[in-house]
Amino acid sequence: MALLEVRDLAVRFVRRGEPTVAAVDGVSFDVPAGRTVGLVGESGCGKSVTSLAVMGLLPRDGTEVSGSVVLDGTELLGLSRREWDRRRGSEMSMVFQDPLTSLNPVVPLGIQVSEVMERHRGMSRRVATREAESLLDRVGIPDPRRRLREYSHQLSGGMRQRALIAMALACRPRLLIADEPTTALDVTIQAQILSLLRELVAETGTALVLITHDLGVVAGMCDEVNVLYAGRIVECADRHALFAAPRHPYTAGLLESVPRLDTPRGQRLAPIAGSVEDNIPWSVGCAFSPRCASALPVCSERSPAVETVGPGRLLRCHNPLDTDVGNTESSHD
Amino acid sequence: MLPGTRRGRRLDELAESTPTTTAGVSLAASAWRRLRRNPTFLVGAGIIAAFALLALVSPLLAAHDPALRLLEDQVSRADNRIPAPQPGFPLGGDQYGRPLLSRLLIGSQQTLLVALTATVLGLGGGLTLGILAGAFGGWVDTLVMRVVDVLLSVPSLLLAVSIGALFQQQSRFTVIIAVATVQIPVFGRLLRGTMLAQRASDHVLAARALGVPERSVVFRHMLPNALGPVVVQATLMLAVAIIDAAALSFLGLGSADTSTPEWGQMLGSAQDFFDTHPQLAFWPAGCIIVVALGFTLVGESLREALDPKKRR
Amino acid sequence: MLRYTVRRLGQLVIVTLVLSLLLFAWLRALPGGPVSALLGERATERSRAELVEQLGLNQPLYVQYWRFLGRAVTGDFGVSTGVQPGTPALEVFLQRMPATIELSVLALTIAVLVGIPLGYVAGRRQGGWLDNLSITWSLLGVAVPVFFLAFLLKYVFAIELGLLPASGRQEAGTNATHATGFYVLDGLLTREWDAAWNALLHLLLPAAALSTIPFAVIFRITRASVLDVLEEDYVRTARAKGLGAAVIRTRHVLRNAMLPVVTTVGLQTGALLSGAVLTEQVFNIAGIGQALSLGFQRQDYAVLQVVIMATAMVYVLVNLVVDLAYAVIDPRLRTR
Repeated sequence: MALLEVRDLAVRFVRRGEPTVAAVDGVSFDVPAGRTVGLVGESGCGKSVTSLAVMGLLPRDGTEVSGSVVLDGTELLGLSRREWDRRRGSEMSMVFQDPLTSLNPVVPLGIQVSEVMERHRGMSRRVATREAESLLDRVGIPDPRRRLREYSHQLSGGMRQRALIAMALACRPRLLIADEPTTALDVTIQAQILSLLRELVAETGTALVLITHDLGVVAGMCDEVNVLYAGRIVECADRHALFAAPRHPYTAGLLESVPRLDTPRGQRLAPIAGSVEDNIPWSVGCAFSPRCASALPVCSERSPAVETVGPGRLLRCHNPLDTDVGNTESSHD
Repeated sequence: MLPGTRRGRRLDELAESTPTTTAGVSLAASAWRRLRRNPTFLVGAGIIAAFALLALVSPLLAAHDPALRLLEDQVSRADNRIPAPQPGFPLGGDQYGRPLLSRLLIGSQQTLLVALTATVLGLGGGLTLGILAGAFGGWVDTLVMRVVDVLLSVPSLLLAVSIGALFQQQSRFTVIIAVATVQIPVFGRLLRGTMLAQRASDHVLAARALGVPERSVVFRHMLPNALGPVVVQATLMLAVAIIDAAALSFLGLGSADTSTPEWGQMLGSAQDFFDTHPQLAFWPAGCIIVVALGFTLVGESLREALDPKKRR
Repeated sequence: MLRYTVRRLGQLVIVTLVLSLLLFAWLRALPGGPVSALLGERATERSRAELVEQLGLNQPLYVQYWRFLGRAVTGDFGVSTGVQPGTPALEVFLQRMPATIELSVLALTIAVLVGIPLGYVAGRRQGGWLDNLSITWSLLGVAVPVFFLAFLLKYVFAIELGLLPASGRQEAGTNATHATGFYVLDGLLTREWDAAWNALLHLLLPAAALSTIPFAVIFRITRASVLDVLEEDYVRTARAKGLGAAVIRTRHVLRNAMLPVVTTVGLQTGALLSGAVLTEQVFNIAGIGQALSLGFQRQDYAVLQVVIMATAMVYVLVNLVVDLAYAVIDPRLRTR
């Protein structure tokens, strides 16, 4: 049994006077203990909403969450606020996209790190502060004793994200969700933060759910990858299999719009035509079909079901790409 | 930017909340779309419309000349008697025996006049100061804003009264000037702050980079976007002007001429009769409260509609 | 922090100078000029001539201003002609100041104690009945003229119901020692509990009337600020850390939401002083507000210039203190 099992997760935003929006629609995936799983897709595809639903952080008013989220054998959906609070920060924790706004500007860093341990590990302020110092040291913040007394505006972007990672890992959670953890950072810092994450996850045996739109990040970090489109998972595969031979045209499109070292010189990057606004509802057909180069008439008439197309490999497509390895271009030109 | 007083800085913050759309039209359109569904706005707008209509048609509605002491024979200073409601005079008379209902009806005209002219003058003065400071910058800006800061640090009523005291004879005109003077620094500060925020905004930089002439940048790209908070403030100021005018009358700095009625003046001059004849204060006070509420409701819902954070 | 304080103090000096310049110009622009302004209408030819000489009105303007400034620095603003004839204007102000401070402080306390909790709860339960009720109340509070509300409260609670005193600061004949001029404080210091209680009862109605506008402003800023902070990422981070509701509320929501409120409280000084002028008049309290309205009625410009100068200074000083307090609370300002 996997550490985290998400089954048929659906999140709908219900606002008075406005049409209901299905942000996430029947998403299922597993995260085995100690593994790193990627959730990939364009902005608005539902990857962040999925992670917030798993953490129980969606606003209670105006959202309907259904399905099942099981962490280590316990169903999370429907837990009381108190039960959630007992698990968040200790068994599962999260790192957010923008480290500047995610830190409280008027509370010293030390307290923001130690408060997690006071809460979940029953430490006194003094013990927790000492622990916080070594945590900051571990995530690579120089002169941690001084930094404990400082505020977020006194830190650089990379240091802020390191501090947030320290907080998230302070109670050695079994599951860490990182939502675009490097998007708001300078490119040079991105690599440092990613390698820090990779190191810490390996060291503590924490399972990592990495949410990103950046396939480069996926390639360097993830064991398994789930590709989301318009609130549904369209392809799920082992990292090597996915990069070697994407089966879903959307996945292929994502790969082709990223520059790679092995593409021949002079070849143009191929962006995916259209935008998410061209989608049709999943209830009608394949949401991606209006933008899809290999769309068939059936694609806009019948919604494709999830099929198992190999070991650990799932696909939601009427007309998947060929399996011939390494040749992703020719298939739908 | 000058640090200035805290109040000034709040105005600056309000100013910086201006949405930065290049097309003022689309902003207005989207604001209007949200306003139409906002009950707060509709109630306020209804009140204002009724008030404006009343001011227009009140000469037709009023049965008597508000200046005539028609019921003077029923007034007695000695035993503190004031004409009671009677046939033809549904609300009775005031302390001089003049018809109260007709005075209330006609009073809407002067009340509207005071509020409008004071706010227009205040806005005009503030606009001039703000543009002056913004256009010349440097020491002109520093000087203008220092004076504005000082004026803002004098409690508003105190400022109004000080201005009113400069005139030998109190009249409606002096009331308007006094009320308007209080508004000038408020508008000036607000406008300058908005313009500065606009000057630094991306769309203005973009317009400059495209080689749009400076005058065009100011009038086509900065001013329209800077106007949002100013319109909000002006609407709120209409309410403040009516209340300030009443306060001036209460302090004895209202218009000396009571033949043309105005609600604030009626309320202010009713103070001696409050314990014995509260209706003399209740009626004009009620009118003032309703109208001030109308302007406040519209102003607040405008502010909300123009708030970029709430836009979708 | 030190540099900030010094800079703000420098600003205070500039504001004072500009204010004195405006005041100087104002006195000269008054109908009849400074002589009738300062002496009143009953002045004799001789006293006029004396004053012209004394004020140096035959000197050039800049000399006049310099001397005006010199006298102001030594606290010489002339002698009251109308409010308390014969008393130095500064003394009139100092005698009356405690009453106004007492009233304003109580009004501000009411506004803060009601406005902040209500604003917080309203923000947490946006759109709930308490939210709507409080918003309506605060909108009405702004639309009702302060002096009318004061009258209304006086009429209902003092005249009709007879629950509270209608005017003054203390029952005449109360056996009370007035050491500081703050009657409630005096009563407490001298252990004359009856006197303190009586003075407090006298303050309730005027303070309630005076508190409406500060309440409305503080309530709405608190509410808006709480709404903003609740949307902040760091509150989500706090929830993701599984912190208890109490810690999130105090450490993460309130501490941030209070920042704009602190500034607002300072800005209410102006509204309080404006309102005090009207409220003191209604309840016949011998404070500086009453001195002002009397001063204008009796054209006592000696008193008026002290009061205007002093209230503006108080406003600037209070806001200086508030800004410094703000800098202490907000580390982004403190450590810059």
